Amino acid sequence: MIKAKPKPLEEIIDNVKDFNKLLIAGCDGCVTVCEAGGLKEVKILAAALRLYFTQAGKQVQVDEASLTRQCEKEYLAQLSDRMDGYDAAVSLACGVGAQYLAEMYNHKIVFPGVDTCFMGVNEERGLYSERCQACGRCILAETGGICPIARCSKRMLNGPCGGSDKGKCEINPDIPCAWELIYERLKTLGQLDRFERPVEPKDWSTSRDGGPRKIVREDLRI
Amino acid sequence: MRLQYPPTVRIIEVPCTGKVDIIHLLQAFEYGADGVIVVGCMEGDCHYQKGNLYAKTRVKRAKEILDKVGLGGERVAMFNLSSGMGGRFAEIIKEMTNKILELGPSPVRGAAAKAKATGAAGEVTA
Amino acid sequence: MSATTPSKLQKIIASGQLAVTSEVGPPRSADGAVIDHKAKLIKDYVDAINVTDNQTSVVRMCSLACCIRIKLMGLEPILQMVTRDRNRIALQSDILGAASFGINNMLCLTGDHQHFGDHSSCANVFDLDSTQLAMAVKMMRDEGKLLGGFEFQVRPEMFIGAAVNPFAGPNVFMRAIRMGKKAAAGVQFVQTQCIYNMDKMKEFMKIAVDRGLTEKVAVLAGITPMKNVGMAKYMQKRVPGMDVPDEIIKRMGGVPKEKQAEEGINLAIEQIEELKTVPGIRGFHIMAIEWEEKVPQIVERAGLYPRPQMDGA
Repeated sequence: MIKAKPKPLEEIIDNVKDFNKLLIAGCDGCVTVCEAGGLKEVKILAAALRLYFTQAGKQVQVDEASLTRQCEKEYLAQLSDRMDGYDAAVSLACGVGAQYLAEMYNHKIVFPGVDTCFMGVNEERGLYSERCQACGRCILAETGGICPIARCSKRMLNGPCGGSDKGKCEINPDIPCAWELIYERLKTLGQLDRFERPVEPKDWSTSRDGGPRKIVREDLRI
Repeated sequence: MRLQYPPTVRIIEVPCTGKVDIIHLLQAFEYGADGVIVVGCMEGDCHYQKGNLYAKTRVKRAKEILDKVGLGGERVAMFNLSSGMGGRFAEIIKEMTNKILELGPSPVRGAAAKAKATGAAGEVTA
Repeated sequence: MSATTPSKLQKIIASGQLAVTSEVGPPRSADGAVIDHKAKLIKDYVDAINVTDNQTSVVRMCSLACCIRIKLMGLEPILQMVTRDRNRIALQSDILGAASFGINNMLCLTGDHQHFGDHSSCANVFDLDSTQLAMAVKMMRDEGKLLGGFEFQVRPEMFIGAAVNPFAGPNVFMRAIRMGKKAAAGVQFVQTQCIYNMDKMKEFMKIAVDRGLTEKVAVLAGITPMKNVGMAKYMQKRVPGMDVPDEIIKRMGGVPKEKQAEEGINLAIEQIEELKTVPGIRGFHIMAIEWEEKVPQIVERAGLYPRPQMDGA
């Protein structure tokens, strides 16, 4: 899932301090799971902003809402009869949802309330780590199910590099060396021949390098 | 034991401090509290294993938020007591009450009252 | 080591003599005289000179320009190239440029992550990795073709090198077969990480010899003399992928401070002597970090002087 973390409160306050009617819009999707942008975080942020405005002697209306998903028009449409009542919105969805909210209500200012970080897993509550960079052409079948593009600091396809130390990445001893993991997994799977074969340069055109991406599924479109 | 402690405190009972969320702490201030004390079981003695530890992290975050919105994090505090520590409970209430008296009323309460007053005055002029 | 190039380094290795290389680090300014000076210090004592490519991700004068300076001095450079900063367009373009100046040796590296350097907020590239860079050079040299498929006439005649680190533990076997992967990609010689753990190096070489890898790739053993016990401790604790056994620290610390530099040189010479007897070692890469002036002494005392003269080089 997409992982995000709350933006510093002072940054959000700085963005919204001159408005009088605010909507804090959460998303019940990915950001709820990593506790950055669901209904609960909406309530916390709204309460904090109300406290801020009240102690500053300002009467500002801070309302709360959370949508099933902000990355879908049908759910965003649920705000259609309310949005005119606000000067600005803070979206606690990921960068995708925040943009789609702004796109749908393009006469309103939408501020991001979270920093969208990566696609990853919940290792445990409050500990999330990256697993995929959406390169657009999955190579997990060749690498023992471990992605070197997302998990090697140098996205090497023929790792490990000479800087990994005791199975850990050179840039941070808390990060396991992806290629050490891949080697061990391939060994377990009896596929070490894959490790010994040089992997050709990758076609990055399906990744970010190819420009903004789009999927068109004619089989699904009417 | 019939211990005396200041009548300024309103007790809200919860089954476990694990029930206390940040939102409850913040709402208490929105409703006009000048300070909030969370009293949980001793660390390691939680009947639900980690309830008091969850409360600890939430109190910490509430403090950070209160600092950033101008109320001051010192208005909320957590203490860990066992059921046999009634005397210490009374002391804590006294200490915290004194601390809040020193800090003065929550700026939210003051500002809200002021806003109401000016609002009313505005109506009169209109 | 199939393809033959005009590289003097390749000729010396092919002749069965022990090769000696060293390296110079470019300055963090536009002062080209620094490179000229460092190269002069070591020129008669080594067969070829590596020029590092923004090592540890610190911005320095570019490796290619420094290699050209060295080439113009009549010496033989080894162009180090990392894939961190340039994509396949820039890398191939630089290879063509280097070849146009008669540079015939390359060391293909992925490069240190920018996290360590003086621009840690920069974007990195890593379009290719070191192995893929070697594949690209081989394709350009042997097929006269770019990665994109374009064919051209005048090919870069590069003797292709790479780095190996037998000590980036825990698995020596994995490191050895990874060298095999580089050899399969076209790498003809490798320079190793600084060797202090002799047992591990021998274990690595045994695996390499047993698997026939030393037939395909010439291993130049990395030697870095210690200046003092402080440097030994720093390398043990702080440098990723470096394996400095406690005995080395003990030995360096066991002599008075003013004698430590000499002890470091003695140690380096002993290491060379010991490695000469290890099957598969084809030469030495002496990295005297900011201590280039000691290279002649080490080469001489290790019995590696004078350097062979090759015809046409």
